Amino acid sequence: MLHLRVAEPMRECEYSQISTRSSTPMETPYKKRIPKRRKWQAFPGRNKFYCNGRIMMARQTGVFYLTLVLILVTSGLFFAFDCPFLSMQITPAIPVIGGVLFVFVLGTLFRTSFSDPGVLPRATPDEAADLERQIDVANGSSSGYRPPPRTREVVINGQTVKLKYCFTCKIFRPPRASHCSLCDNCVERFDHHCPWVGNCVGKRNYRFFYMFILSLSFLTIFIFAFVITHVILRSHRYGFLNTLKDSPASVLEVVVCFFSVWSIVGLSGFHTYLISSNQTTNEDIKGSWSSKRGKGNYNPYSYGNIFTNCCAALCGPLPPSLIDRRGFVQLDTPQPITPTNGITMYGSTQSQSHMAAATPLLQSEPVILTDEAFLPGRTSLGGPCSGALPLGGHPTPPTSTPNLSCDNDMLPLRNEQSDGLRHHHTDGGHHHFLTPEEAPSPPGMLPCGSPLGHSHTIQGFYNPASQDSLHEDSVRGLVKLSSV
Amino acid sequence: MSLEEWTHSLQDMRQQAAIAAKVFIQRDYTNGTVCQFQTKFPSELETRIDKQQFEETVRTLNNLYAEAEKLGGSSYLEGCLACLTAYTIFLCMETHYEKVLKKIAKFIQEQNDKIYAPRGLLLTDPIERGLRVVEVTIFEDRSLGR
Repeated sequence: MLHLRVAEPMRECEYSQISTRSSTPMETPYKKRIPKRRKWQAFPGRNKFYCNGRIMMARQTGVFYLTLVLILVTSGLFFAFDCPFLSMQITPAIPVIGGVLFVFVLGTLFRTSFSDPGVLPRATPDEAADLERQIDVANGSSSGYRPPPRTREVVINGQTVKLKYCFTCKIFRPPRASHCSLCDNCVERFDHHCPWVGNCVGKRNYRFFYMFILSLSFLTIFIFAFVITHVILRSHRYGFLNTLKDSPASVLEVVVCFFSVWSIVGLSGFHTYLISSNQTTNEDIKGSWSSKRGKGNYNPYSYGNIFTNCCAALCGPLPPSLIDRRGFVQLDTPQPITPTNGITMYGSTQSQSHMAAATPLLQSEPVILTDEAFLPGRTSLGGPCSGALPLGGHPTPPTSTPNLSCDNDMLPLRNEQSDGLRHHHTDGGHHHFLTPEEAPSPPGMLPCGSPLGHSHTIQGFYNPASQDSLHEDSVRGLVKLSSV
Repeated sequence: MSLEEWTHSLQDMRQQAAIAAKVFIQRDYTNGTVCQFQTKFPSELETRIDKQQFEETVRTLNNLYAEAEKLGGSSYLEGCLACLTAYTIFLCMETHYEKVLKKIAKFIQEQNDKIYAPRGLLLTDPIERGLRVVEVTIFEDRSLGR
């Protein structure tokens, strides 16, 4: 009797209460008392945010300030000491062109450093659980041994590409995406992590990065050429020693520019090659599309001709940021109720699958992370981005060993860092079971040791022999540079 | 459970439509890195919606995303213009991609209002899930009296 009476009012509100707006506003008075937080404040990656979420950078920004200081000081000295003479003797167009280049360099540098490189937001708990279920079904989960690494294969333009599962972000990475261990994010079309700009270089800021190194090449050559001109012209008139006395800054500028030119111009050349063949630094270093891997191996993303590849990389549409830094943290969608008999078991299985998700993930995590994280982290050293503007014989940027040891409290990983590209199999001795809430590392709260206490650059990371001849020389040149 | 507790829990339930399940439509990478979603009809939706209808929705979504990422004269023009103005032009106008994203948001809203909500389903805009999945929330079917 009671049952029937209550059932009727329930029937009339079957579906009318579904809010068709995707973001549910906070309605009940209780929720209004919680102060609204912006999404960047709750961001799980290892990034720093400034200006209330408008600016996004990596955690280590020391080298970025060094880059900035070098550019500002060298250009400043040029404008102060060399330009007056040059504008009077040759033409006032020199400081004007120099000024335009300088502004362009700074603009592109800031744009590269401060923008979101294309970070993929981590999976929501529901998504992660759903994926876990699918993987278990596919593998036929057995509890005895460590499950095999999770991959999915997809055929793109005739090439078989493997999609890897990211244990930190709990997603299958899209093709060309990679997980940056320094920033602890998956980044789309990951190129490399550049400490000199203090950020990852990925899909959204690659063109700015390229414009930066290209314009910096021009600026460096420009300053170098005109400082030499200035010194020569002045020496004709006043003698060489007097010139050095009058304009000591010129010597500093020449030295800085001389060392910069080789590395920056080399880097620009390398990236021009990458753009024209539509490859990322990551793919190039791994030799993913190298013909040496197999006869039928080719790049499925290339558009076929150089012009289209360049246009696509530099002038293509700019995708928006997926992480919505300045949005407000919303409450979750309506909580699933505990089901009574017969109703779909979504609510009850959710918590179970969370725990199930945490356990096998942590077991096999080291295997994938050591491989994936190795490359993005190391690329910044052995890769083209090192060697630029060496000072006092210390060219190696500080970051080397990926901060895996800080990630999810996996301390035993620290010993395995230096072993290069080999896969590591866990001994099964460090099953640290974290609850799902703990697993993604909260920003700024990692129990990391000093980030500068890392081992220095690996030798022999580069394998120039595996690259094809066109850029072998530039790669070899850069390897030599990085060991300067 | 006492009568008061039971009516109280029913009132709670009435306040929020209960989620029975969530289905995730994954990305389809067979055409590369362009944003496309799989059109395969998930089995959980068989009882709720027509297969053709659903596939039509996903196909339209895919077309809209393809339009956003299209390489062509207009996108190149926008890119070059932006480069020349040192990207300051985006302070005043929004990019082509953002314009299409707005269109997509409107489309999803429309689809939800007209087709999905009456059937107890809800589509979530993929942009809120980082363009990884189309999340379809299946709400409990109360008409069965449970």
